[in-house]
Amino acid sequence: MTRPRVDWRYAAPVVIALIALSAWQFLVSWYDVPVYIVPSPLVVARALVTDRVLLVHSLGVTLGIALSALAVSVVLGTAAALLFVQSRWIEMSLFPYAVLLQVTPIVAIAPLIIIWVHDTRVALVLCAVVVAIFPVISNTTLGLRSVDPGLLDLFRLHRASRWQVLWRLRVPSALPYFFGGLRIASGLALIGAVVAEFVAGTGGQGAGLAYQILLAGIQLNIPRLFAALILITVCGVALFGAVVLISRLALARWHESELGPR
Amino acid sequence: MSTVVEATGLAKVYPNGTAALAPVDLSIARGEFVTLLGPSGCGKTTLLNLIAGLVVPSAGSLRWWGSALPPIEQRDRKLEFVFQSPTLMPWARVSNNVRLPLDLAGVPRAEGQRAAEHALAQVGLGGFEHHLPRELSGGMQMRASIARALVNEPDLLLMDEPFGALDEFTRQRLDDDLLALWQARGLTVVFVTHSIQEAVFLSTRVVVMAARPGRILASRVIDAPYPRDDAFRVSTDFAQHAHALSRCVASANAPAAAAR
Repeated sequence: MTRPRVDWRYAAPVVIALIALSAWQFLVSWYDVPVYIVPSPLVVARALVTDRVLLVHSLGVTLGIALSALAVSVVLGTAAALLFVQSRWIEMSLFPYAVLLQVTPIVAIAPLIIIWVHDTRVALVLCAVVVAIFPVISNTTLGLRSVDPGLLDLFRLHRASRWQVLWRLRVPSALPYFFGGLRIASGLALIGAVVAEFVAGTGGQGAGLAYQILLAGIQLNIPRLFAALILITVCGVALFGAVVLISRLALARWHESELGPR
Repeated sequence: MSTVVEATGLAKVYPNGTAALAPVDLSIARGEFVTLLGPSGCGKTTLLNLIAGLVVPSAGSLRWWGSALPPIEQRDRKLEFVFQSPTLMPWARVSNNVRLPLDLAGVPRAEGQRAAEHALAQVGLGGFEHHLPRELSGGMQMRASIARALVNEPDLLLMDEPFGALDEFTRQRLDDDLLALWQARGLTVVFVTHSIQEAVFLSTRVVVMAARPGRILASRVIDAPYPRDDAFRVSTDFAQHAHALSRCVASANAPAAAAR
């Protein structure tokens, strides 16, 4: 109790990363690999520092698109799920189109969206929404339907209105499923934003990280390419972590998925 | 004694062709504690669901307090149902779970809360108002479920094998407490069980059912006086009733063995 113990759940991955980075640094120096093929970790770190203004600005653009897309996906996806559970007919009529949205590759429809929507930022958000919305719709719909049949009978016996059943029973029952969908959607929103930027190729003030990667590749500025890549990855992990945290705060009290060890 | 429920030729065939319940006649009077006893698949749960109006009968008629069973929306009598599992909302605290029937009926929150706390105290869960269901043992969850059924002062209480999943000791304690509540509040109870001992201990009358097709075999009045205690559980009277009932159940499976 007196000495703080090392928590290996966090320490082990860090140790692995340090070993991998050292090996990377060593191999690049040893074989004298040119920087335009594989830059060493130190060179990448230097690029991160020197290009920080450019990269952080681009990170802001990409993150802004991903977060907007995630927000829109949550609002529209939840609304669609609430609509679907109102009647089997609505669900049967509309659900195939949600699937259609999901299975169409985003790279194939992104050019169309960018042509049709005048404002590039809106077009990019829309592309990311197309990618991110499906898990929200399907998980929330499943959750709204996964209600304890006994509780449903109980509500019926007490003459509960449709609204009471929805608000007091279906919505709380759906929360764990909704958060499961949100975890997947958070990653997809970022992927959607990056893919859409690649297709749109927006430069100037609106240049996101994808554009920096594209440009750095053309200019053979590989250290900057790596730096941008690292920022996207860190960003995705942070987004996922934030969603996990929110879901833990919302469910920890009662749902088995978030209960700690006893 | 006024009749609470009267079933005449009540039957249920499910859409897939399963005959869950052959036509049965059953009359339940106010203040009775009637137990439906039988093996799995004898239609006892179906009969209970029919009485509640949760399942639509295929044939026959069902009368409530002398008139045809009204649809759930138009009932003026209060019916409560206790399920096989506690069926509590896992996200809601115990008192919120118990208050649910009052909340749905639009009773003011403060008044509902008082009634919920009273009901919880009656089932021995005073002080657990703010716990979550998962923090209670199985027996305590079932007590909360019973409190929820009592909070609304029901005219008819239907219980579908409520203690089936509990251990013997917990079940006996809950049986004792249920009987005390039945006597104190003048409840009318229809109780489903597959335990002969539980049926004899609790009931004013045991209705024995058999499977394939689900039907009523016999009805036996348990004339032992209340309050019933542990001494009753080991009395000759108890053994005789239990023996007669078990013979009756056995006779349905092997008709040749039925002596009387």
